[in-house]
Order: sequence, then C-alpha cells, then structure tokens
Amino acid sequence: MLLNIKNLHVAINGKEIIKGLNLGVNKGEVHAIMGPNGTGKSTLAAAITGREGYDITQGEIWYKGKNIVEMPAEERANEGIFLSFQYPVEIPGVSMTNFMRTAINAQREYRGQAPIQAGDFLRMMEEKKKLVDIHEKLTNRSVNEGFSGGEKKKNEIFQMAMLEPTLAILDETDSGLDIDALKVVARGVNQLRTSENAFVVITHYQRLLELIVPDFVHVLFDGKIIKSGGRNLALELEEKGYEWIKQEHLV
Amino acid sequence: MDNNPNNNILEEVTTGEYKYGFYTDIETEMAVPGLTEDTIRFISAKKEEPDWMLEFRLKAFRHWLTLSEPEWAHIQYPPVSYQDIIYYAAPKKKKELSSLDEVDPELLETFNKLGISLDEQKRLSGVAVDAVIDSVSVKTTFQDTLAKHGIIFCSFSEAVRNHPELVRKHMGSVVPYTDNFFAALNSAVFSDGSFCYIPKGVRCPLELSTYFRINAANTGQFERTLIVAEESSYVSYMEGCTAPMRDENQLHAAIVEIVAMDHAEVKYSTVQNWYPGDKEGKGGVYNFVTKRGLCKGRSSKIAWTQVETGSSITWKYPSCVLLGDNSVGEFYSVAVTNNFQQADTGTKMIHIGKNTRSTIISKGISAGKSNNAYRGLVKILPGATNARNFSQCDSLLLGDRCGAHTFPYIEARNESSIIEHEATTSKISEDQLFYCNQRGIDTEKAIGLIVNGYAREVLNKLPMEFAVEAQKLLSITLEGSVG
Ligand SMILES: Nc1ncnc2c1ncn2[C@@H]1O[C@H](COP(=O)(O)OP(=O)(O)OP(=O)(O)O)[C@@H](O)[C@H]1O
Ligand SMILES: [Mg+2]
Repeated sequence: MLLNIKNLHVAINGKEIIKGLNLGVNKGEVHAIMGPNGTGKSTLAAAITGREGYDITQGEIWYKGKNIVEMPAEERANEGIFLSFQYPVEIPGVSMTNFMRTAINAQREYRGQAPIQAGDFLRMMEEKKKLVDIHEKLTNRSVNEGFSGGEKKKNEIFQMAMLEPTLAILDETDSGLDIDALKVVARGVNQLRTSENAFVVITHYQRLLELIVPDFVHVLFDGKIIKSGGRNLALELEEKGYEWIKQEHLV
Repeated sequence: MDNNPNNNILEEVTTGEYKYGFYTDIETEMAVPGLTEDTIRFISAKKEEPDWMLEFRLKAFRHWLTLSEPEWAHIQYPPVSYQDIIYYAAPKKKKELSSLDEVDPELLETFNKLGISLDEQKRLSGVAVDAVIDSVSVKTTFQDTLAKHGIIFCSFSEAVRNHPELVRKHMGSVVPYTDNFFAALNSAVFSDGSFCYIPKGVRCPLELSTYFRINAANTGQFERTLIVAEESSYVSYMEGCTAPMRDENQLHAAIVEIVAMDHAEVKYSTVQNWYPGDKEGKGGVYNFVTKRGLCKGRSSKIAWTQVETGSSITWKYPSCVLLGDNSVGEFYSVAVTNNFQQADTGTKMIHIGKNTRSTIISKGISAGKSNNAYRGLVKILPGATNARNFSQCDSLLLGDRCGAHTFPYIEARNESSIIEHEATTSKISEDQLFYCNQRGIDTEKAIGLIVNGYAREVLNKLPMEFAVEAQKLLSITLEGSVG
C-alpha cells in the first residue's frame, strides 16, 4: 500500500479535528474525498503533508512503508507527496521560474542528483506548460502574485506536472474553475496518472469526478470517514446531499 | 531562458559561516596604537604627502578633538577607545619588486581567496578593481585601458601625488571635515581608498570597483573615496569589503564623496560584508560611514544602491545634495541584520535646485535579536520649486526577538513640493514557508528565497557582477535565523 493512515487523530491548538481516521491508498488508484464544509478535509491534507501546528495526537501515517509522522514537510515532499493547495500562496518578487527551479533542485539534491541543466529545465517548463495550457506570462511573474483564482489552481497542477509526485493530494482544485479550465486540470491529472502513482482528490462536486474518474469515494464527516464506496457514491451524494449519511452515521 | 542572473543563486548557498573570516599572516608595518598629531605626521610621511595634505589632516584632527561621538542613532555599544586603535597598517614589501605593477604573491593570493582576481587576464571583463588592504592600495587594474578614455582610476594616495589639483579642488567639498565626528576622524587619519575622475562627455566603459580588506588586528580602516564626474559623463562604481573574524571590535570610518556636474550620472553600489561578529554578538566591525553625493550640475543624477549584510554596527546615510536644477537623487537599500547586529541606516535627500527629484526605497530585514532602523531625511529648501520625493520603507521581521524602526524626517519649505512616504512592516508568513516546504524547499532556503523576493526591487538595481554576490549574501546572513 502506498499510503496507509491508521486511526489518525489531529488537533489544532488543542482542538481535535481529525478523530480516528483510516484510509488506504494503493498505487494506481484515485480516491475522492467529499464531505461538508469544515469537517476536516484540508486538515487531513495538512497532516499528510506535515504542516506545523497540525498535531498528530494518535495514529500513524504510513507512506512507502515508513511511518512519516515525524518526517519534516520538505522531506515528505521530496519523497513524492504533493499538495495542490486549496488556497495557493503568493510569494512577491520570486519568479515562478526561480521557484520551480529551486523546488526541482531541492528534489534532485534529496535524490543525490546534480542540479538540473538550464536547457533541460527550460524544455521541461515548456512541455508542462502545454500540458496545463498555462500562459507563458504566468511563469515570468512572481509566484501566484496577481493570478486570478483559476490561474492559481492551474498553476498548482503545473507544479504537480513539474514535480511528478507519487502521491498527489488535490484540495478543491476544481473550486473556482470555469468549465474549460476544469477540463484542462482534469486532462493534466489524467495524463499524469500511471500505475505507479496515486491521487487523492478532495472535492465538493461530482462534475470533477466525471472527468477524473475515482476508484473510491469517501465521505469525511466530523473528522472521520463515515462512508466509502465506488464512483456511484458521488452521484448519490450529488442527488441526496449529506444528510442521509449523517443520519446513518449517528444511528 | 531565465536571463536574469538574480534568479539562480540560492541553491548554491551551502554554508552559513562567514566565508571571509580568514587572516593572512603577512609582515605588516604598523603605527604605534593611539592618536596624536605625531600619528598623523607619521601617516602623512609614510604616504609621502605634500604639506597641504598634512595641513588638512591636522586641521581635521584639531577639530575632531573638540567633538564628541554622536549618540542619537538607535545603536548601542561600549565606548570606543580611540587611543587603543592602530591607525596605520601596511603589508611590508618583501623585496624590491621588479616593476611597479608587481604585487606580492601573498597579497594576490589573499585577494584570490576573496574571489577578487587582480590578474587582468583572468578578471571578469568589464570590471576594473582597486584592491585595498588595511591602509594601502595594492593594485589598481585596467588603469591603462581607462587612461585611453582620459579616465583616472587610482588609489587616493596616488591621486594626491599625481593629480593634486583635482584632489585639492574636490576633497572635502561634499563632506567637509567639520561634518561630523567620524568625518573629522577620517579626514585626520584616512589611509587609502579610490579616486575616480571621468572627463567631460565620457561614458566609462568598465565598471569601476574598489575592494576593501581589513587584515591586521587592532587596526582601524579609514578609507576615503572621491568620484568626480564631469559634464555629461557616466560611471558605475561598486564597493565591496570583508574582514577576518576576530573577538575584538574593529572600527571602520570611511568617507565617500561624489561630485556630478551638468548631465553627469554616477551609480554607486555597495555590498557591505564586514565581519558581523559571532552568534553571541562578540566581535565584528563598527561601520561608521559618511557617504554623500553632490548633484552640482543641472540634470545630474546620483544613485546609491546598498546591500548591507555585515558589520556588528552600521551607521550610514548615503545622501544626495540636489543643488543643480532638475537633478535626481536615488537611494535603494537592503539592510539585513541577524543575531546581535545593529543597523541605523538610511539617507538624506536635500533638495535645493528647482524640479529636483528623489526616490528612496529601503528594505530592512531583521532576524535573531538584531535591531534595524531606517532613518531618512527629506529636506526641501525654499528655492526647490516643484521638488518631488517618493519614499518607501519596508521592514520584514523574522521572528519576534528582533526590532525594526523607521524614523522618517520631512522638512518642506517650499509649498509646490510633493512628498510621498509609504511604510510597511511584515513578517514572513507561515503559509509562505509551508508552501515552499511542500515543494521540497527547506525552511532556510525558503527564507532566502522569500527575502530575495522581498528585496528584488533593490537587487535589480545592482550591476550584474554584484547582484549574484548580493543574493548569496542575503541568504547566508539569514542562515540559522529560524528555529
Ligand atoms: N488553524 C486553525 N485553527 C483553528 N481551527 C482550525 C484551523 N484550521 C482549521 N480549523 C478548523 O478545523 C475544522 C476543519 O477545517 P478544514 O479546513 O479541514 O475543513 P474542510 O473540510 O477542508 O472544509 P472546506 O470544505 O470548507 O474546505 C474547521 O472547523 C476549521 O474551523
Ligand atoms: Mg478545505
């Protein structure tokens, strides 16, 4: 199993948000995580990626056969875990090109490789830009600065394409995207899918899951996964909302 | 692709140590410690100076005796014992060198270690260097090339000997020895520095630069630089400096004077990297410097760009006196303080002529337990009709044990002037750091990246050769500033 989360409890400032969550993800799979606002989806993503302040009070996160609970965030990233942020961050004065090269080289250094050659880097940028249909201009600008909401999301997928993660977590990458952009993002993800990597897609909408077809759909509620199923579960949720599952859960 | 050299540096930074802290064991000739008229006569004699120069020094010294150290800056340090300092130290010539151009190999090696090649063949094309160690200049490169354009670029001592009329005319015309305590001290005991003269209508084809190195212990460095740009000339000048790591503090009190005539333009860039002291605040250079440019002619322009990363204490305010109508003054500064460093730096823009314009962009970055103050004066005199100033002072705090302070002084005595001042204080956000971490970039590198981004506007003003160095320095200075 690529990712195996066992009985995870996560607290922020002493307040428990994730309350005993289990999730297993194999290579080659796409898992969708759905659930009402404020139930802990982004918190789960932060815990997997090692954000400070998200205290794991109980449980384990196994990734590539290692419990990564104590591993620093940058090391997890260099081990191939990628997060497409729900709210991408602006870094004024740092060009996308410089940022990306720093990231790629950090990854290469971690793997004992020499820094990337300028020419190779350039070709890679060109290729991946095409994949997500991102504007030339955007990569010359500072990281996310002045990007529109949709551009920021595309930029996340562009970075994912550059870094070629083993486990990619997409936190509401579809929110705020127009229909064309949604297709672009989905196409990007689908082209990056292989039998060697896996995706965890956090979303509120079935329409993304029509484009990125999940193997499993999970419902996160009150810090736990309270229901899992196949892709049809997403359809059912779209139709009926969450109330019936909550009821089921409470019974 | 990314043809901006500013963009590919950070990954190269691997060590947080002060890299220039070595000491070269060379035989050095020194004055006895202490400061009396005899010390001054000794220095002047060593330099084989004419009488007028000695007289100038003595006048300055007598004036200095009447002054006391300024206390208004936002800095704190135990009193400097001026009688314990050695005011003259020069590497001894080992043997009679066969040509004037020959430099002691040990000194060449010292500069090589600092990344400054004095071999014209190996030197980055496009940069001429004057290399100063302790109290003397050891070599100035490309003098012949420059001479073909009528440009004089030599050590100050050489200028006193070979171009006395130019030195007498301009020395002290921008920073008189009566200006302040440290200016008086410098005028009395100054050792070496550079002299640049760009004749009318000449655009200097090379970047001129001076590299200052303190080597000997217990010595003070008192350099003096004078740049004269005649009508419609242009020059870009850069200054760099380093010192060995020592437990005692060392005093550096320099003067830089710039004169720009009608339509002349001078760009003066500094990357200041004197030894900052250790993590406990022990040792380091006291950097007390007076830098001022006089825009004497119409439509002349002087731009100061500084990246201040070193020194345990920095007290410096590169300023512009905008005398000529339509003249322009600019000040771009990045000052970084870490550990126990203190910086009180900024500028003065004195608007005298009509339609004079000035721009101030200051970026302060404080980390550790350091203190970083911006102090700036914008003064509009009654005759400065339609004068304009724009100031922007930003402070970035890393951690919560450091301080950032802004002291803007504005004196407007002409109603038609427009003065704008903006100031911000910010912190590196957790969000930004995590975003970088999530892309595999560790926190130290992330801070380097974010800080360089923050300072971009100023770094972009530096000549290419310096921009790369400056970026590395910013990152190194801040290493160990988190956690
Ligand atoms: N830094 C924080 N401090 C305190 N509470 C927090 C913090 N971050 C998140 N929370 C709380 O944790 C809960 C879960 O938040 P989270 O962002 O994980 O929800 P989500 O499922 O991603 O919601 P959405 O669908 O709206 O994105 C919420 O109640 C939120 O207010
Ligand atoms: Mg969320």
